[in-house]
Amino acid sequence: MSKSLDYENLNENVKKCQYAVRGELYLRASELQKEGKKIIFTNVGNPHALGQKPLTFPRQVVALCQAPFLLDDPNVGLLFPADAITKAKHYLSLTSGGLGAYSDSRGLPGVRKEVAEFIERRDGYPSDPELIFLTDGASKGVMQILQSIIRGAHDGILVPVPQYPLYSATISLLGGSLVPYYLEETANWGLDIGSLRQSVAQARSQGITVRAMVIINPGNPTGQCLSEANLKEILNFCYQNNVVLLGDEVYQQNIYQDERPFISSRKVLMDMGPPISKAVELVSFHTVSKGYWGECGQRGGYFEMTNISPKTVEEIYKVASISLSPNVPAQIFMGLMMNPPKPGDISYDQFNRESKGILESLRKRAHIMTDGFNSCRNVVCNFTEGAMYSFPQIRLPPKAIEAAKSAGKVPDVFYCLKLLEATGISTVPGSGFGQKEGYGFPSANHHLACGGGHARDHGQFQEIQRQIHGAVRGLPRVLENVRGEVVKQKKASAAVYCWDFYVTCCKNFITNYC
Amino acid sequence: MASTPVTRDTINPKVLECEYAVRGEIVILAQKLQEDLKNNPKSQPFDEILYCNIGNPQSLGQKPITFFREVLALCDHPALLDKSETHSLFSADSIKRASQILSQIPGQATGAYSHSQGVKGLRDTIAAGIEARDGFPADPNDIFLTDGASPAVHMMMQLLIRSEKDGILCPIPQYPLYSASIALHGGTLVPYYLDEATGWGLEISELKKQLETAKSKGICVRALVVINPGNPTGQVLAENNQKQIVDFCKTEGLVLLADEVYQENVYVPDKKFYSFKKVARSMGYGEKDITLVSFQSVSKGYYGECGKRGGYMEITGFSPEVREQIYKLASVNLCSNISGQILASLVMSPPKAGDQCYESYSAEKNAILSSLAKRAQQLEHALNGLEGVSCNRAEGAMYLFPRIELPKKAVEAAKGAKTAPDTFYARRLLNATGIVVVPGSGFGQAAGTLHFRCTILPQEDRIPAIISRLTKFHEAFMKEFRD
Repeated sequence: MSKSLDYENLNENVKKCQYAVRGELYLRASELQKEGKKIIFTNVGNPHALGQKPLTFPRQVVALCQAPFLLDDPNVGLLFPADAITKAKHYLSLTSGGLGAYSDSRGLPGVRKEVAEFIERRDGYPSDPELIFLTDGASKGVMQILQSIIRGAHDGILVPVPQYPLYSATISLLGGSLVPYYLEETANWGLDIGSLRQSVAQARSQGITVRAMVIINPGNPTGQCLSEANLKEILNFCYQNNVVLLGDEVYQQNIYQDERPFISSRKVLMDMGPPISKAVELVSFHTVSKGYWGECGQRGGYFEMTNISPKTVEEIYKVASISLSPNVPAQIFMGLMMNPPKPGDISYDQFNRESKGILESLRKRAHIMTDGFNSCRNVVCNFTEGAMYSFPQIRLPPKAIEAAKSAGKVPDVFYCLKLLEATGISTVPGSGFGQKEGYGFPSANHHLACGGGHARDHGQFQEIQRQIHGAVRGLPRVLENVRGEVVKQKKASAAVYCWDFYVTCCKNFITNYC
Repeated sequence: MASTPVTRDTINPKVLECEYAVRGEIVILAQKLQEDLKNNPKSQPFDEILYCNIGNPQSLGQKPITFFREVLALCDHPALLDKSETHSLFSADSIKRASQILSQIPGQATGAYSHSQGVKGLRDTIAAGIEARDGFPADPNDIFLTDGASPAVHMMMQLLIRSEKDGILCPIPQYPLYSASIALHGGTLVPYYLDEATGWGLEISELKKQLETAKSKGICVRALVVINPGNPTGQVLAENNQKQIVDFCKTEGLVLLADEVYQENVYVPDKKFYSFKKVARSMGYGEKDITLVSFQSVSKGYYGECGKRGGYMEITGFSPEVREQIYKLASVNLCSNISGQILASLVMSPPKAGDQCYESYSAEKNAILSSLAKRAQQLEHALNGLEGVSCNRAEGAMYLFPRIELPKKAVEAAKGAKTAPDTFYARRLLNATGIVVVPGSGFGQAAGTLHFRCTILPQEDRIPAIISRLTKFHEAFMKEFRD
């Protein structure tokens, strides 16, 4: 019997699509982990996996919603604060049968109303709950919208380079064309309208109709926050070119500098007034996975449509209805995120303390990481203005590139694999996100993406230390002379320690190949 | 500026083409009427809308299984396990199980993305559950946990369909996820007709005939979808029939896509659920002989946890290269929701005899299943009593799919209203009684026949009222349109 499903006769689009975040490096790291090696996964924005604790209040509320019989128990007050109990009752009343019933395919109307109210408070403009769809994570929403737009290979989607590879993967799967526009690393990953126009002109010359433009603000993996002026330029550009703007704003609560706070694309659009505010089609995405919530495993997100034609909304609803409904617990997480405890609420102090703690720590680590990378020879790293990643540029010497070639690997993949094997730190090679081709330098542009720093307290620091020493024991001979240096360095901050060690490994890697 | 870029004329035509009647036009009308009722309770000839269009048990009063919810609550808020008061509110078994599950999740972090196939420990549990059910081993690496069974179906369609030249054999009538997914992925649905006269029997001769017809049209048929127990038809396949199907797929080189989400919903003593994996393995067929994907969900059975979005597919008989591609597809979405994963592991490994909570768990489970069987019988009997209506028994699943013979006048009135006759009937039914059903055309039906799908899910105490409202409506309808 010949198999119906061989590699040869798979859907070509599936074969073409790539998603490096859980690609080769991650698989190798998982293999090593199975062999007993301690791995630090910095490949994906997965805060709880690296020790960030969930916020207490939402977990209390959802637990109560999960087991409503608790609400009838006279002892429930021993385990849950009164405001969590009230909130649970509130969200259960918004469902038609509790967490176990399919909701409206767009999500519970009551939660969508809370999302609309959040948006209005944030931006100062009313938002329509009927145009807000809750989804199983923002990724699903992105896929649904792109599926509606892309008809074939002649439809192009403008995507920033570097980008979060969900976009390239999805465009590939849907058989569309990715039209890259390059962010300028030397200008803090800024967006240059000139270069954007160039990308569009080139695509059009190849017969591609540019249908939509993706912006990731704050950026992933680059972290930059777009300025209001930049957003205005982008919106004007979309208006003039008849392009739907897809605003991935999942990191809107992860801002680590004060010069460029987050402004939503929608606010800027509304501020610009008619005719543009009534014309530009915009879809904005948000999630419970990032910010200071970090609830990745819940799979909660939404998209909000602005100026999308009613018939199109109907079709998008139809496709959503095929999957019946997004998961209800995550919808409640979203409601809680839109409507967190307020001053005066019993749980406010704890909630505020937990949230501030997480955000302050992230801001600190953004600095530590950037400084750490910049102190390495041959490494340049823009400051992480937002999101959760460092995206340092590694200037690999020719010998390293040769070695990579003989190993049959792309140079940054080669580097990241060596880093993984030496230290247990799992990153994602820059090629997974896209990077500009070298301008004829002997060494091309290579990057790696690395999630936020790790140890925050002494206990975890000791654990990291054990892990690293464990990794050191397995290091190739060339790094033997590093051990002495590492033991000598006694830094107060554990995160700095971790990165000093990494920095030293970098130095030695470069030395070995120079 | 030119006209807006994302209009109905310029969106993906596959999106335009696909249909999904379960939440389609009749349901949209029902939601509107429900709004009207809210604003003015006297606006309609009925007090409330009764959604009998969708297999959504807990929205109609079915209670969740207590043990499952206890475990999920503890996993949602693991801090509870450190408190002594927890023992006064949660059963000892649920505390034990939650602790065990949390120890399988790295860092006990239920808020972290897991492995893209799902948490390994949970897959181990599910594999053990499959083995206990079938008597044949299951490999946790063959399991992909998904947000409900539907995303897994989409993944397989995406993998299998290269162009409209690729065909997927689907039962008619079918659950319209299949037709919609095939349309979205640009493939061709190759129908095979279930035989209403023999209790919705699946004939191999029909499969062969449809396969040949498709081939002659230049269609490359890639897979066969079998829904067992059936949706909307409710039939449970006889084991012999399943063996024939397995042989057919093996001979023709088709991937067998086995939708088994209703495996715990069997209401008749003369039928039993056997998984296709069990049947194939008991025939001596292994990975080299047959490619099989089995779908399961937490939405149905006696647990009915639709809103959780939990499910999995078990893939066997694929080459390593193809498995890599399936993994890659799964990884783009990172992972399915953790709570749903936990629930899937509970469903496949529920309390056993000897467990402290077993008695109360069993009581809940049996009450739900026996009630479903009773309601299936009551509604089927009532439908068969209506003029021009004949209804096969619901051997399993959650639906009745009666056939209705409408008088000529009614068919003409439908034509005049530019509606399919069964949609015409369903709309009239809704407007008169508030009862929401899905017209048979939403599932596909043999040419010249009309049906509607009605769930058996309203609570037992509502059934008499539903039956009387339906009967009254039908009598009036037939009186109005009788030849």
